[in-house]
Amino acid sequence: MKAKKLNLTLNIWRQKNSKSVGSFAEYKVQVSPDASFLEMLDELNNTLELKGEEAVHFESDCREGICGTCGLVINGHAHGPLPKIATCQLHMRNFKDGETIWVEPFRAKAFPVIKDLMVDRSGFDKILQAGGYVSINTGGVPDGNTIPIQKEVSSLAMDAAACIGCGACVASCKNASAMLFVSAKVSQYALLPQGQPERYRRVERMVKVMDDLGFGSCTNTYACEAECPKGISVTNIARMNRDFMMAKIKSKEVEV
Amino acid sequence: MAKLDSKIPAGNISEKWTNHKFNMKLVNPSNKRKFDIIVVGTGLAGASAAASLGELGYNVKAFTFHDSARRAHSIAAQGGINASKNYQNDGDSDFRLFYDTVKGGDFRAREANVHRLAEVSGNIIDQCVAQGVPFARDYGGLLDNRSFGGAQVSRTFYARGQTGQQLLLGAVSALNRQVDKGSVKLYLRREMLDVVIIDGAAKGIVVRNLLTGEIEKYSAHAVVLATGGYSNVFFLSTNAMNCNATAIWRAHKRGAYFANPCFTQIHPTCLPLHGESQSKLTLMSESLRNDGRVWVSKKKADMRNPADIPEDERDYYLERKYPSFGNLAPRDISSRAAKEVCDEGRGVKGGDAVYLDFKDAINRLGQKVIEERYGNLFEIYETITGENPYKSPMMIYPAPHYTMGGLWVDYNLMSNVPGLFVLGEANFSDHGANRLGASALMQGLADGYFVIPYTMGNYLAGDKPTLVKTDHPEFEKVAKEVKDLTNKLLSIKGKRTVDDLHKQLGRIMWDNVGMGRNEAGLKKTIEQIRQVKEEFWKNVTIPGSGDDVNQTLERAGRLVDYFELGELMALDALDRKESCGGHFREEYQFEDGEAKRDDENYSYVAAWEFAGENKWNLHKEELKYEYVKQAIRSYK
Repeated sequence: MKAKKLNLTLNIWRQKNSKSVGSFAEYKVQVSPDASFLEMLDELNNTLELKGEEAVHFESDCREGICGTCGLVINGHAHGPLPKIATCQLHMRNFKDGETIWVEPFRAKAFPVIKDLMVDRSGFDKILQAGGYVSINTGGVPDGNTIPIQKEVSSLAMDAAACIGCGACVASCKNASAMLFVSAKVSQYALLPQGQPERYRRVERMVKVMDDLGFGSCTNTYACEAECPKGISVTNIARMNRDFMMAKIKSKEVEV
Repeated sequence: MAKLDSKIPAGNISEKWTNHKFNMKLVNPSNKRKFDIIVVGTGLAGASAAASLGELGYNVKAFTFHDSARRAHSIAAQGGINASKNYQNDGDSDFRLFYDTVKGGDFRAREANVHRLAEVSGNIIDQCVAQGVPFARDYGGLLDNRSFGGAQVSRTFYARGQTGQQLLLGAVSALNRQVDKGSVKLYLRREMLDVVIIDGAAKGIVVRNLLTGEIEKYSAHAVVLATGGYSNVFFLSTNAMNCNATAIWRAHKRGAYFANPCFTQIHPTCLPLHGESQSKLTLMSESLRNDGRVWVSKKKADMRNPADIPEDERDYYLERKYPSFGNLAPRDISSRAAKEVCDEGRGVKGGDAVYLDFKDAINRLGQKVIEERYGNLFEIYETITGENPYKSPMMIYPAPHYTMGGLWVDYNLMSNVPGLFVLGEANFSDHGANRLGASALMQGLADGYFVIPYTMGNYLAGDKPTLVKTDHPEFEKVAKEVKDLTNKLLSIKGKRTVDDLHKQLGRIMWDNVGMGRNEAGLKKTIEQIRQVKEEFWKNVTIPGSGDDVNQTLERAGRLVDYFELGELMALDALDRKESCGGHFREEYQFEDGEAKRDDENYSYVAAWEFAGENKWNLHKEELKYEYVKQAIRSYK
């Protein structure tokens, strides 16, 4: 089962903190093709620590592609060259012996670099806190089966809800737009009966915060969908635009 | 603090919670805003608690070391959440869920707690549906169910293979709503490093700001820990990289009792180890065992490819040994059975792996149905291993996954330290010696949505705790101790890395405090752990400073606690001279290899009190079974 190790050259973005200027540093590594990309960085960090040098800082947690913590731009692609996976799911067998790999943080005005490959994505939560919920308290809700939902609708809502909030959509958009992320949450609730009472108020508030935080506009390049580890569809953006327009038309009037 | 009082209410088991809710003291709505509550952790238990307490009007401060509340490891739970809705008309009830959970836990859980869990399980589903959680539905538009291990009814609700994600996003949306309203203040990237206890009651916490390195102090009328389990003591586990025991361990060292630390769950369906550089193990949901059949070759070291092994040379060992539960035997039993066949040399190509085969299910139902049920799990498998599980069977092996042990709590989920509450996996209360599948999500949300909102009020109205300011000398003292520890770690400047030492500890724990345990091994383990710990304090290297982001320092701090916790796990395993659930003492088994429980001598919760370095005092809480008869736990 022991496969031959790969010899690779890594060019990794190093940046001391948000205020300092960063640059690429070159590292030579040998790695098993069965290792994951982040395990390769773990190994590199071990060798750096042994030399008394600071580890390359990057974030990761579940390493199963669901928590959305990890996110690197690898050879120009958010989450690396393969479609529909997070960085932690990328394995070294997808690289060739002797290859040079460029590793950078997610770059966007609204995602400032914290250190090396770590960025601050707290803007996402600020958007969700502006209405990305159904206003119900704990207790006093009806039995789950009193709200029948068509299987296809529920499934579409689930497709949108699968977003892991990693920020790859923003990092891969030339405008650093957060439309895919925001529209996924807007769509989940817009599709479900539970989301109807606040449907238009929600989209207005969330879009406003998104704009205030400096995320860019959508110019329909679909780069976000292409790089999204969960394959969230751009049709969600269309749905959000439609709802946003309706919200402006209805503007605070009670729907009858 | 010497006497353990579980505070189980009197009365019939089905009325205890109802009566208790009535008897508990209430805080007047307009007085609630006068109380500050700290909640540490934003997983299912923490997020649901913080949101629900915020809704009631308390001032909540919620802490997480993540960059967002949504990253907590509850997000990775795949399979589902149990509830006794009986939507399938297959004979489910609160009592049956209660019974299955007590039996599944091998009669080492508290009956009253488990019954309450079953009682509120249905409310959880209603709550999540109302929040907009997109559970799976059938064509009539109603909620769908599937089966999980240890149950003969279909009571598991799910959202594809991402149930934990959807439930957590639901709980976090409720939390975000309270943040929006201002009743919850969220503190991100803060790691709790100590709890502050003044006059015997919890009054606040000390945290490290992971961005600036600053040691910060926060005070409150009560502190809630919902910080998860400690499987990462094994280094390799299905837990996320940053899951750790530091919050509960430091609370333990300040006086909170640690209960049943040796009750750890080794999950049967994980991907086998691939090499030395491996950083964690990946779980394949137990739901796969609904349709997958587990087998190995009848021959030792059979080097043939699975397709070349004919049917009559295969041993479907779970179906053979446990005909009535078959591939859905509970986790501890399935894991041990896998270890047994691999120890016999009958694992995949003589190694540590068994097959999980979908061939029959694909033939029976068609690939499309299997894709619909498990599509994303099959994709995960292929991404990691490079093999297509529709064509050749999956290879799986057990891995540390969940810890039933945790801080001791009474019926109100309060530890023996007044004002210190512990929820979710961080406490010990509901799963006994083995947790059934799809019950962790249930417990986390039960604790947060439906228990703590009541019991917290009772503490605040009954005990009338005061608020202490953070300039109190005790806060200063604890903060200084935390800073000293950081400085001590940074000053060692040795020659071994944190991961290297953690791997060494993990190996020791896995070999001797893993799936099989025995007296000699456990005694040796305690010595070995102390040696690695000594080596750590002499020879670890942590580059960088304490006044900046320093992930190496974060990991080192967690490892410090694992050494001590590892020793207590071994000590507890040594004390418990019986086999039950996830705790298998090789000396105590029946001739057919089944676990031999000793109800006469070990029907107790082992609650350990920290008594200085390498020293603990044992307190026992007797477990009484009035409603479920203690019997040999048979799944045959």
